[in-house]
Formats: sequence, C-alpha cells, structure tokens
Amino acid sequence: MPIEQPTTPADVPPIVQTAAQVRVRGAGSKPALSTWDETVTVVDCSRLSGILAYKPEEYVFSAYAGTPAAEAAAALAQHGQHLPFDPLLIAQGATLGGTVAANLSGSGRYRYGGVRDFILGVRFVDGAGRLARAGGQVVKNAAGFDLPKFFVGSLGRYGILVEVAFKVFPRPPAYTTLLASYGDLGHALSAALRLGATPFDMEGLDIEGVGSEEGGVAARLAIRLGGLSEALPARLARLATYLSAHTPVVAMQRLTQREAEEGYWAAVNGCHWVPAGQTLVKVPLAAGQVLAFDRRLGTNRRRYSAGGHIAWVAAPDALSLQPVLEEMQLVGLPLTGATGEIVGRRSGLALAQRVKQALDPAGKFGPV
Amino acid sequence: MLSQAFMTQLARLYPAQRLLTRPAQLATYESDALTAFHARPGAVVLPETEAEVIAAVRLCHQHAIPFVARGSGTSLSGGSLPIHDGLVIALNRLNRIVRLDPEQRLAVVQPGVINLSISQAAEPYGLTYAPDPSSQSVCTIGGNIAFNSGGAHCLKYGMTSNHILKLKVVLADGEVTTLGSDSLDGCGVGPDLVGLFVGSEGLFGIALEITVRLLPRPERYCTILAAYHDLETAGHAVAAVVASGLLPGAIEMMDRLAIQAAEAAVHANYPAGAAALLIVELEGEANQVDEELAALRPIIAASGAYEVRLAQDAEERARIWKGRKGAFSAVGRLSPDYVVQDGVVPRSHLGPALKEIQRLSAHYQLSVANVFHAGDGNLHPLILYNGQEPGALERAEALAGEILDMCIQLGGSITGEHGVGMEKRAHLPRMFEAVDLAVMRDIRRQIDPLEVANRGKMFPEGEAPAQRRHGLHPLEAQGIISRM
Repeated sequence: MPIEQPTTPADVPPIVQTAAQVRVRGAGSKPALSTWDETVTVVDCSRLSGILAYKPEEYVFSAYAGTPAAEAAAALAQHGQHLPFDPLLIAQGATLGGTVAANLSGSGRYRYGGVRDFILGVRFVDGAGRLARAGGQVVKNAAGFDLPKFFVGSLGRYGILVEVAFKVFPRPPAYTTLLASYGDLGHALSAALRLGATPFDMEGLDIEGVGSEEGGVAARLAIRLGGLSEALPARLARLATYLSAHTPVVAMQRLTQREAEEGYWAAVNGCHWVPAGQTLVKVPLAAGQVLAFDRRLGTNRRRYSAGGHIAWVAAPDALSLQPVLEEMQLVGLPLTGATGEIVGRRSGLALAQRVKQALDPAGKFGPV
Repeated sequence: MLSQAFMTQLARLYPAQRLLTRPAQLATYESDALTAFHARPGAVVLPETEAEVIAAVRLCHQHAIPFVARGSGTSLSGGSLPIHDGLVIALNRLNRIVRLDPEQRLAVVQPGVINLSISQAAEPYGLTYAPDPSSQSVCTIGGNIAFNSGGAHCLKYGMTSNHILKLKVVLADGEVTTLGSDSLDGCGVGPDLVGLFVGSEGLFGIALEITVRLLPRPERYCTILAAYHDLETAGHAVAAVVASGLLPGAIEMMDRLAIQAAEAAVHANYPAGAAALLIVELEGEANQVDEELAALRPIIAASGAYEVRLAQDAEERARIWKGRKGAFSAVGRLSPDYVVQDGVVPRSHLGPALKEIQRLSAHYQLSVANVFHAGDGNLHPLILYNGQEPGALERAEALAGEILDMCIQLGGSITGEHGVGMEKRAHLPRMFEAVDLAVMRDIRRQIDPLEVANRGKMFPEGEAPAQRRHGLHPLEAQGIISRM
C-alpha cells in the first residue's frame, strides 16, 4: 500500500492524478475511517500541518488540514478563545481535517452548533486533481456555494481537504458542571427537553446511560454552564433549584473545582468511557427518538450528547447495530474498531451522487 | 415567448386564476428589492400545493424553460429577478406552519411562510427563530434558505444555514429528495447537504418543506446605545468590545446620514448630532447578563462616546432596533434611488474601510449612508442616486464596485448575507480563482444540466476577466433586462 506524505497543498494533485484509488488519513485517531486494503494509495496528511493565520481580533484562524486539533486549541487558548463545538478525540491526536471530514463535535455542540457552524473556508483537491478553494476567511460570507459546509462529514469521498478555516469564539472564563441523576432514562430525557426550552444557557447537555441500575440510578444528566465566574455560583444554584422543583431528580453532584470539571469533560470528549476493543459508533437522531432507540440496545455502553441529538454507542462491532438502525431508519458512523462501513439507512443520496459526479466522477475516493 | 406546447401543459396544471400571463398581472413580478433592474417573465404560477410546484419544475425541465422561485421579492441582490420569458413560481400561498413542536424545539414550515411569523408562533412557548434579517416582517423562509440570509444577531447565532435541520426539496430536474434530519446534527453521516443547499441562490432547486430549529428566548436583553462624534472612535469601540472577551448578541453601527434618515422616518429618539451610533446588545441568562453589563459599561465609558444610554425597558429596546432595522427604507426618503452593498471586511479594518468609503463618496459625488453589522465586519453602504439623472446609476454602480474591490483586497467578501444574485456576478471572479468557479459550475451542471433553475444568477457571464461596470449591463445590452 503506497503511502504518500504531502507537506504542501501542491504535493497533493499529482498524487491524486497518478493513483487509481486514493484514500486520505490524518493522525489515524478514528481507525474505522482510516484503515484500507493494500490496493489503495493513502495520502497521509500528518505532515501537512501547521497554523497558517490566526487573528484573535477577527475570531478566525486557518490551518493545514493535518494540523492536530490540540495544537489549534492550544494556540487559541493563549488568547482566551476556543472552538466551542469541542473537537472529539483531541488527546488521541485528531486533526482538523479529520474532524471536519468525519463531522465530529463533542459536548460543546449543544450551545452554538457543531463543526458545520464554525467552518468558514476550505481548500481541497478533487478527483481530477484540481486544487480549489471555497468559502472565505471572515466570520460572515455568502459568496458562492457553501462547499465548506458540504465537506463536513464528507469522509474524504469527494476530495482531500488541505486547508481549513474556522470561526472561533471567546472561551468562557469559568465553567461549572452539575451532574443530575435520575431513576430512569425517560426521566432524564424529559428533564433535558424541559431544560432545553428554558432560558438557562448551557454549554453542554449530555445524558449518560448508566446501563445497569446502580442505587436506583439509571441515567444522569451532565449540564455544563460557562461564563463570568462572578455569576456562576448563582446560576448553578438556580439550575439545581429548578431541577429539584420540576424534575424527579434523585441526586445531584456539583463539579466546581476547575481540575475535576475540566477533567470530566476531557474524558467525555476523549471517549474514555468506551470499553477497550469496542467500536464507537456515532448515531445522529432526534431527541424524541432516544427512548425507542435506547430500548432496542442491549448492554451496550452509550451516551447521548447535544441534548439527546447524537447517540454514541459502544459495540463489539458496528454491524451488530445494523438491525436496530434499520428498524429506526437511522444511520451510524463507526469511528474506532476495524470496519469503516456506514451502517443503517442513509438519506439525501440523490444530491450527494450529483456532487460526486462533479468532484470525483471516476470514484477515486471510493463510493459516495 | 413561452412555447404553445409549454403553456398548454402549464394550463392543465394550474387553473386560470393561478396562471398569470397578462402584462398587467406580470408587472408585479418584474423586479425585486434591487429595483434598478427588471425583466418580464413569460408567465407566473401561484402553486397551492407541493405537488403543483414539483409539476411546474418538471415541466420546465422537460421544455428547458428557465424558472425563478419567488417569495416576497425582497432580495437586495436581484436574486429573484425574473428571467426574461421564463417562468416565475411564486410560493406565497405555500404559507402554512405545518407543525410546531415546542418539546423538540423545531418547526416544520412551507417556503412561503414569513420569517417573523415563525417567531410569533413560537413565542407562547418561550421559543424563537433566531435569524432576523431587517426585512423579517415580509421576507419568506424560502428566500432566506436560497440566500442564506443573515441579520443583526449572526455573530453569536449564525446565519439561516445554522438553523435549518431538514429540507424537502425538488431539484432542478424534478427529483424530490430530503436532506438532513430532525437531529440537531442534521445529516450527521455523509456530507452536509443542507449546508450545501442553503445559500445556493435557487440554482439547485426549490425547498418545499423546511424544518427549522427554535431557540429559547433569552431571559434578559441589555441594549446599550452609544453616540460618537466620529466614525473612527466608534470603530475603536467595536474593537474594544471584541477584545474584552464578551460575546454580545449584536454589535451594530450607523453613520450620520443613516441616523438622520432613521430619525426622520421612525423617530427613534437617537442622540442628537451623532456622527456614529453604536448598538451593543447583551442577551442571555439574567445573572450572566448582569455581570456582562458590569464588564461592558467601563469599556463603553472609556470609548469616547459623548452619550451612552441603556434601554430601560422592552419598549425602549424596540425603539432602538426600529430605527436600526428601518434604516434602509428610511434612506429611501432621502433619495429617489439607492443601491445597498453587502461587503465584508475583517472587522479590525472597519475604520480604514469607512474612511475609504467616505473618500469614494466624495470622489463620485454621491452620498453614502452606512448601516452595518460591526460585529461581523459586514458593511451595508447605501449609495444614494437619482435614477432620473443621466449616468447617475452608472456612477453608483462604479462606486459600489470599488467598495467591493476594497473588501476583497482587505481579505473580506463581496457579500455577507445578501448573496451574489444578479448584482455582484461580475465580482465573483475577483474573489475566486477560475478553478474555484469551475468546480462550482460543475456542481451546478450535475444538479441542473439545463441550467433552468434561476439561470443567470451568481455565475458571471462567460469568463471575461473585466466585466463592464459602466454603461449598459450586458443583459441590458442584449435587451433581456431593462431599467425602471
């Protein structure tokens, strides 16, 4: 399996033009999406790395696609800024390009949106070897088709990203987290939906399926508040009072110490809860589908982020989820483990096929 | 002229009262909010069902007749300008809110629904639809989708695209498909097709049913109005607010001419004699907003403002926004005609950009009023001219073109929220390389090989590097469009 390691965008078009089948990988933090057979040419973008421009006063930065998300996060942190959607698997080396191509937002997705809501521009190489740009480098831009958004979730099947530009936000100076336990998932989900319609500003709203009932607890809400430190104690107290008054909360735990609080979310966004050797599968769904979906799962470890809009399920292999996903008309993206096949039911392929014809008619980057 | 065969089949699909062909009926549809241009369509249909829209699109594809989908015709870039002798599909009657689900915080709406009516319907549940273009009381959600409309609160909450979960669309060749899902993570797996469709300026097809996400209404708003003796000081104030690490819901500015116009039109009671007004709005949880206000006040106090006001109640806040949102139409009282520009500059260049606009204004001897989303660096210079005066429109267009060139040179964009449409087609090749445009064109042709959907918009005619900006518009020269 030939492996090419471009160091500049200009290195990529000749590789694409000469190879019959091309696949792209970054740091390999999602092995299910970056493992192929011997017949393909692999474009390894890990050396196509580095921040190109960062203007804190403009809330924008651009970088080569192979830049580790952690490197970007560190640069932003120096200016009190961040990517609010919490790129996933950052400690495992996830790159910016991989984060975009796999569309992986962590718990911070809840408040301001996901990868799609912060990407501003892309530079990419299509199946014909054309090096093209779309979008821009300013926080607001409506010129031309929004290909930057299109590339979010594109899995390297329409082109190889070589540069990405993002909008960033000031990072809240302080955070606090409330963990609220419930007797069953239904109660936790109702509480999450109820909270979602209140004016509480939540940076994160996750539902942890505890799996087996431990001490009468089957599910736990993890609610993250962020903002000025002066206001946080009062906001936290108010939130706790609200949950006590309006939801059947069993127990509450406050994470107010910075280390514990940040450690909790780093573990979540690093997917530390996934048992070793198991495949992590991402399943987007509506909050209203969570209960039905959860009932159909077996003993799988799982977690729901973005207020119940994304399920994260650990499974011995992704295919074991196929029947559940088919039945619920959902789709799953395996991230870790051996198989990279999308499981379940996909939609919108009529439009995707047409774009594929425009960008990669020969199918060099694999199927749609 | 539309062919007899096409018209016969169209008449089978639409009853006579919803198939307009008489010149007096068509006149209403000849122009949009870019009033400098108009073109007469061959016919207008008024569908009342999705099936009628789909049938019309399929017929157009079959006969290679270009069509334009139209809502309220508020496009400022000529996006809904009809195609000469083409078909206009006017979607105003598809105006039902199909479903509002407060628990899931979403609404399913038809394309002809007015933007503001979604928020009105959601209000009893404490929810709101965030994108708020200035024309929100008349513009339709279908048009917002086509042009990825913005508004005053984009900095924090994004544009239309950030609030669309799912779209049922008819593509230009008549195929019906659903993009995205009810999940906040939208498509989730596979490319973001909702993201691609939104802002495609009607070149891919027509949105038939739209699922939008709703947000909780903020608990508290704090709206600060600061008046300055010059624009540059106000520009520095914007930089100071941004540097503070606060994330206001909106940061807006108006210059002297815009202030005077707004004052005359809606009596917003703005401070007298201001050369620049800055509006900064904090919103969110009450405790948080209170602390943010405590942090913001000294920043504004030190910014050189000669008068600072904090809106004391909802009424005062509404008045401040009424002046701001009504500024476009207010300027209409000052001048018989105007062109609105929509360029974006990196916001640290706001000061120099405004200075350059003043210089250009003097050079072209045309007044320019500035109303803009300072937080986004999104300028809206309103170039005033008298269309009756020979050569005035050409001078206005030349001035507008120079402003766009400046935006590109500063690393910005030719459009922040109005889209390229008819108006800025010639400028697209200055922002993108030929290969970038070729990729976009290839996508367009794979989706719409006959280029029937909103033909002639967004893409420049041919590849000529230097489009004429003086004299006749190329399509005008060919007699395809004409000016009022």
